[in-house]
Amino acid sequence: MSQTATPESTTTNVPAAAAAARQASSRAGSAGIPAVRPEPAATSASKPDLGPVTFAKALNTALADALEADPAVVMFGEDIGTLGGVFRITDGLTARFGRSRCFDTPLAESGIVGMAVGMAMNGMRPVIEMQFDAFAYPAFEQIASHVAKMHNRSRGRLKMPMVIRIPYAGGIGGVEHHCDSSESYYAHTPGLKVFVPATVADGYRMLREAIDSDDPVMFMEPKKLYFSKEKVDLEALRAEYEAGTSRTEGRAVVARAGTDATLIAYGPSVPVALAAAEAAAAEGRSIEVVDVRTIVPFDDETVCASVRKTGRAVVVAETPGFASVASEIVARVQERCFHSLAAPVLRVTGFDVPFPAPKLEHYFLPSVDRILDAVDDLQWED
Amino acid sequence: MTQAASSAGPVRPGIPAARPDAAAQAFGITPEDYMLPTRGQIQIIDEQGRVRPVAEQGTAPGHEYPLPEGPELLAAYERLVVGRRVNDQNSALVRQGRMAVYPSSHGQEACQVAAALCLREDDWLFPTYRDSVAVMTKGVDPVEAMTIFRGDWHGGYDPTRHKVGIQCTPLTTQLLHAVGVAHAAKLRGEDTVVLAMCGDGATSEGDFHEALNFAAVFQLPVVFFVQNNGYAISVPLSAQSAAPSLAHKAVGYGMAGERVDGNDLVALLAVLDRGVELARNGSGPLLVEAHTYRIQAHTNADDATRYREDAEVQAWLAKDPVTRMRAYLREGGLLDDAAEERIAAAAEATAATLRAGMNAEATIDPQDLFRYVYTTPTPQLVEQSVRLADELSREEDTK
Ligand SMILES: Cc1ncc(C[n+]2csc(CCOP(=O)(O)OP(=O)(O)O)c2C)c(N)n1
Ligand SMILES: [Mg+2]
Repeated sequence: MSQTATPESTTTNVPAAAAAARQASSRAGSAGIPAVRPEPAATSASKPDLGPVTFAKALNTALADALEADPAVVMFGEDIGTLGGVFRITDGLTARFGRSRCFDTPLAESGIVGMAVGMAMNGMRPVIEMQFDAFAYPAFEQIASHVAKMHNRSRGRLKMPMVIRIPYAGGIGGVEHHCDSSESYYAHTPGLKVFVPATVADGYRMLREAIDSDDPVMFMEPKKLYFSKEKVDLEALRAEYEAGTSRTEGRAVVARAGTDATLIAYGPSVPVALAAAEAAAAEGRSIEVVDVRTIVPFDDETVCASVRKTGRAVVVAETPGFASVASEIVARVQERCFHSLAAPVLRVTGFDVPFPAPKLEHYFLPSVDRILDAVDDLQWED
Repeated sequence: MTQAASSAGPVRPGIPAARPDAAAQAFGITPEDYMLPTRGQIQIIDEQGRVRPVAEQGTAPGHEYPLPEGPELLAAYERLVVGRRVNDQNSALVRQGRMAVYPSSHGQEACQVAAALCLREDDWLFPTYRDSVAVMTKGVDPVEAMTIFRGDWHGGYDPTRHKVGIQCTPLTTQLLHAVGVAHAAKLRGEDTVVLAMCGDGATSEGDFHEALNFAAVFQLPVVFFVQNNGYAISVPLSAQSAAPSLAHKAVGYGMAGERVDGNDLVALLAVLDRGVELARNGSGPLLVEAHTYRIQAHTNADDATRYREDAEVQAWLAKDPVTRMRAYLREGGLLDDAAEERIAAAAEATAATLRAGMNAEATIDPQDLFRYVYTTPTPQLVEQSVRLADELSREEDTK
């Protein structure tokens, strides 16, 4: 079933996606590319001659660097050895580090996660791959009952330093079971951390951080971004990471500054939110975009500082909205920012339906238009 | 409490150091015959405690088991008597309201004791909710072991200290943890063996299959030890599996299976000692099925009369593992009155420790709720812990 979602067919890049989104929008006038978030030294700004790097390459580099840095790091999953993973995220790692560091397992997701739990109990730092979002469900018992609870159950005597990498969410025209937004299940489970990178540079930083975390991390990789490109200096990212100056855990980031309203998004919805902000700018509205980055732990401060400043907010997420991460963000913002709000906090999410078939997914996914409509609904006085 | 030193000795010569086919070759049998369990159960002493003639021990070529040495058996008997006392003491503590629940292994103590004694101190044990006696036999403090059933935390001992996983409730999930621990050890070139326990009903679970398959594919030193007590709560094994025996399941994974009389401590030690040695020497994982019986209800909350006849219980009482072992040791002159007295005193001392521990009021700190969810509490948990502290201090004020 994975043919429909091979690396080739999923190639998308952020500017192109944003451009497509704008084209689909009947109201966007601007032809500019989304504003680049204020980034530290690692971005293209200071080094214009850097080549473009894909999100996939950044993740692959982070995995290689982690294997290099710590002999306890070990990777396994389905097709991640010889093949390098169906999305090639582990490409070349077995050749470079050997089969004892990066290897294939039998097809059994509970087995992969359960074995990782035992390895983590015995001194290793497993980094495992679930082939697709919906194929992680057989492992849910291990994740919810052991990965999440072992540290608590043992009063901190057993740590679970493991990362569960999950290619996730839609926007790639994938068939059923290949496009689920499953982050809300994990975010609802105490004991798990949930990281969702949205940019190439964050892909590197957040994966290194996840691997070095002594807590288990669900690492959600928006698969529509795998082959998006940014000009980043991987060497500089590595140096920054090793110097400890690029921490992301619990730190949301303002991806685009603005004054009139805040779009709060994470992972696959960040580029869409940026495109919407760009389109709104053409209409004279200044929209701030906050990229949540780590759902758990959640950065209330950055999110609320932005909402208090703008007084209006829309949460954008691909997941079905009911009882989701998006609902949680809305609740938190209203609890904390009520007196700064000029309008109720709104949501633009997927509908409460199973992820649709490829020809229907564009009706489901949050779009620039839908976001702009929600922004329009924020009770403007004019 | 230390385990019997006799099991920690060097690997015996004659045990091949390679995969199952090499083990088969060394035993002079085909790989299929090596993997297939014997036709019946291995039984070395009969229900009256007499050593069975070798021809009637249920063995087959390549599946012969020498009688363990006297001192090993005497040390094991001591643990058996202590285990029985622990079971009965804990059941009493539940009746007195000092413990919330206790899944007793009364009747299964030979399995419990053998599962721990066949291991070296640095080998790992992965027990279920029913395996408290195995946990204590591996060296865990009895009171710490019972914390889980008293209800003050989900686990009461440090798993890394005696290499004992926290008693696991989600059926067979712990078998995969055993596989992971063994895999990590193998990758580092250590010769650790892991023994993982589960019940007969649990063999229907998906993780049972995944664990055995992973262990065999990666050739990991894991001994899977199934206590077949005939029931999963109320459901008899016949409604659980159509396999010729649970040990036969091993063959499908490419590992050796063996069946043993689970109320014969001598046979259990013989089979498990060899299994552990084979695993340690790189012959891959093994599956050992022990036939036994849970004399008491599933837990104190269960009513066993709803699904089984008293006659069945009576028949199994006649095969009691403690009585049998005692008869054997007395008959062979390995157990005299002085030793019996010493052992009875050891059992009483453990029971007294349990009573004292369970009768003492547990100190409970509500802030522990937040302390161990993550290695460092998230800002949200810090907020919640402050809220709870505030709520509790206000309650204090209004008292
Ligand atoms: C995954 C899972 N499903 C159901 C249960 C509830 N449960 C607890 S013990 C048990 C019976 C297990 O029987 P068996 O494996 O034969 O072990 P025994 O209790 O006889 O030692 C059941 C169904 C559970 N603990 N875990
Ligand atoms: Mg049973």
